[in-house]
Amino acid sequence: MQPSMLKIENLVVNSGDREILKGVDLEVRAGEVHAIMGPNGSGKSTLAQVLTGRDVYQVRQGTVLYEGQDLLGMKPEERARAGIFMAFQYPVEIPGVNNIYFLRAALNSVRKAQGLEELDAIDFLGLAKKKMELLEMDPGLRERAVNVGFSGGEKKRNEIFQMAVLEPKLAILDETDSGLDIDALRVVAGGVNAMRAKDRAIIVVTHYQRLLNYIVPDFVHVLLNGRMVKSGGKELALELEEKGYAWLEDQLVGAPAAG
Amino acid sequence: MMNVMETEDIYRAAFRERESQLARQEPDWLLETRQQAMEAFGDLGFPQPHDEDWRFTSVAPITSVPFQPAGRDSIHCAVELMETAFLPDPLAARLVFINGLFSPQFTKISELPAGVQVGSLASALAKSDGWLRPYLARSADYRRHAFTALNTALWEDGAYVHLPKGTRLTRPIHLVFVSAAKAEPLVCYPRTLVVAEPDTEATLVESYVGLDSGVCFSNAVTEVVAGENAVLDHYRLQRENARSFHIGTLQVYQSRSAQFTSCSVSLGGALVRNEINAVLDAPGAVCTLNGLFLGLGHEHVDNHTSIDHAKPHGSSRQLYNGILGGESAAVFHGGILVRPDAQKTDAIQRNRNLLLSPDATIDTKPQLEIFANDVRCTHGATVGQMDPEALFYLCSRGVGREQAREMLIHAFAAEILERIRPDGVRAWVAEALRVRLANGRT
Repeated sequence: MQPSMLKIENLVVNSGDREILKGVDLEVRAGEVHAIMGPNGSGKSTLAQVLTGRDVYQVRQGTVLYEGQDLLGMKPEERARAGIFMAFQYPVEIPGVNNIYFLRAALNSVRKAQGLEELDAIDFLGLAKKKMELLEMDPGLRERAVNVGFSGGEKKRNEIFQMAVLEPKLAILDETDSGLDIDALRVVAGGVNAMRAKDRAIIVVTHYQRLLNYIVPDFVHVLLNGRMVKSGGKELALELEEKGYAWLEDQLVGAPAAG
Repeated sequence: MMNVMETEDIYRAAFRERESQLARQEPDWLLETRQQAMEAFGDLGFPQPHDEDWRFTSVAPITSVPFQPAGRDSIHCAVELMETAFLPDPLAARLVFINGLFSPQFTKISELPAGVQVGSLASALAKSDGWLRPYLARSADYRRHAFTALNTALWEDGAYVHLPKGTRLTRPIHLVFVSAAKAEPLVCYPRTLVVAEPDTEATLVESYVGLDSGVCFSNAVTEVVAGENAVLDHYRLQRENARSFHIGTLQVYQSRSAQFTSCSVSLGGALVRNEINAVLDAPGAVCTLNGLFLGLGHEHVDNHTSIDHAKPHGSSRQLYNGILGGESAAVFHGGILVRPDAQKTDAIQRNRNLLLSPDATIDTKPQLEIFANDVRCTHGATVGQMDPEALFYLCSRGVGREQAREMLIHAFAAEILERIRPDGVRAWVAEALRVRLANGRT
C-alpha cells in the first residue's frame, strides 16, 4: 500500500461562531480518487477551502498532514508549490490580469519551488495550447483576463486547464460539475481522468452522483452536518442517488419507522 | 519656515529682478502680459484652504520654502541619467528642458512633415513673435489661478509645437522637462504652447522627471489650441522625486469637432497637483481625459479637472484611477460645466480608487453644473481595497502574495494604461509605474 499523502484527523473548523466541521477524519493515498458527497451546508466546500489555505475559516482542533508535513501551517502559495490544487466552485473573475500570463507566473513559481527551470513564454504557450485542446477550449480565452466574461462552463474548464498545466499531486475539485451541461461535463471529466496517475490523488467534492459516472472514484465518503458519516466504494454513490441524503440522516438519529 | 506673505514677496522680487531684462528681450505685448499676471498674483495670493478649488490640498508645503530660481548653471545633467528619461524611438522629435531651460544638447528632431515647427519658445519669440501673439497666454487664465499667474510672469523657456493646417504626425513628439536640484530648493516654470490648426493630427508626450535628490518645485503650464477637426492625443507622465512639488496646468481650447484625448499619469511627489481645464467652444468637440495617479509614503496628489461644455453636441469622458498606499492622500475633483447653449452634451465621469493601506485617504468630488436641459451627464466614484478573493485565487495557484498583490495593482492601473494608444508610450509608462511601485512602500 502507498504511504498516506493526506491525513486529516479530528478536524474542527469554525466560521466565526459557527462550527462547520465537527471532527473530520480522512486519509488519502497517492493514486486514489476519493469522492466527498453531501447535501448543501454539510461542510464540503469548507473542507476543500481549508485544505487550500483560505483564511476566512478558523481551525479549532485537529491536524492535517500532507506528505508528512503540517499542512495547516503553510500559506496558500506554499501549499500550491507543494503540489496542492483546488478547482474552485466559483472561480474568481480578475479583470486586468491576463489568463495566460497569470498561469505562467503560477507554473514558474511552482517549478522554481521544486528546483525546476522556469519555462519561457514560447515553451509555455506550446504547453498551454496542448492542454487547451484537451479541454476543447476556445483559444480566444487565452488572451482574456482571468475568468472575465467566461460562461459558467468556460470557467470550470479553465479551472481544469490550470490543473492540467500545474500538474498537482493532490487535486481537489470543489463542485466542478455544478452548472455544467452534459457535454461540458464529459469534457471536464475527460480532462480529469487524463490526469489520473499512480502518484497523484484526486478528491472530488460533489453534491450529485452524476459526475461520478464519468470520474469513477475508488472511495466515497458522505459528509453530513460537519461529520463524515459513512464511507464506502463507488456503489455508495449510487445508493445515495437512489435513497437521498435523508436516508443517512434518518439512520444517524436512529429514525423511527415511517408511518 | 517662512510665512506666506514673505514667500509672495520672494516671487515679486524675482519678477522685478527680471523685468528690465525682459523689457530688452521680449516684445511689449508679452511684457505687458507678464506684468498683468504678476499683478494678478499680487491680488490673488496663494490659494487658501477656504478656496473651494483647494479645499483638500494645502499649499503650505510650497509656500513655506524659499525656492530659488534655477539658473543657467543648474542645467548640466549626466548623459546616462538623462537617457532614462527619454521615450524610445521612433519619435518625430524630442525637446529637452532642464529646470525650465532649453537643452539643445539632448534635443533631437528626427522627422517632421513640411511646415511643422517645434522648438524653444524663447528662441521662437526672439525670431518672430507674430504668430505666437494670438495664442500665448491667451487661454490659461492667469487672472483666476495664482500658479498660472506665477508661471506666466516668470517662465524663462519652454516648448512650442505648431502644426499648420492639414499636417499629420505619425510619430510622437516628446517634451521632456527635467528637474534637478541639489542642496538648494529650486523652482522652475516649464511653459508649453501647442497650436494645432484645422485638420491636423498629432501625438504629444509631456514628461516631468526628477533626476536629482534635491527639492524642486515645477510650476508648469501647457496651452493647447485644437483647431477644427484636429485630432490630438496628449500623454503626460509626471515622476519627480518624493520630496518635490509639482503644480501642472493643462489648458485646452477646442474648436468645432476637435478631438482631444489625454492620459495623465502621476507617479508621486511630496505635493502634486494636476489641473486640466478644457473648453469645448464649438459644436461637436470631443474631450477625453484619462488619468492614473499613485501615492505612496506621505505623498499628496491632487487631480483637478474642469470641462466646460460651451456649445452643443459636445461629448466628454473622464476616467481616473487612483492607487494609494502608505499614508498618502489624494484628491480627485472632476468638474463638468454645461452651459445653456450646450444642448445634446454627453458627459461621463468616473473615478475609481484602490486603497492599499488603511492610512491612505482619498477625497473624491464630482462637480456638475448643468444649465442646459437636453443633456446626458453621469458620474460615479468608488473607493475600495484589494479584493481578498482575487488575492487568494492567485496565491492558491502558487503565486506569492507580493507578486499577486503586484498583479492586482497593475491590473487596476491597466484599465487606464490600455487607453494609451501608441504601444511604445504605453510600455514606457507601464515600466515607469512598475519601477515606482517596486521602489516605493505600498
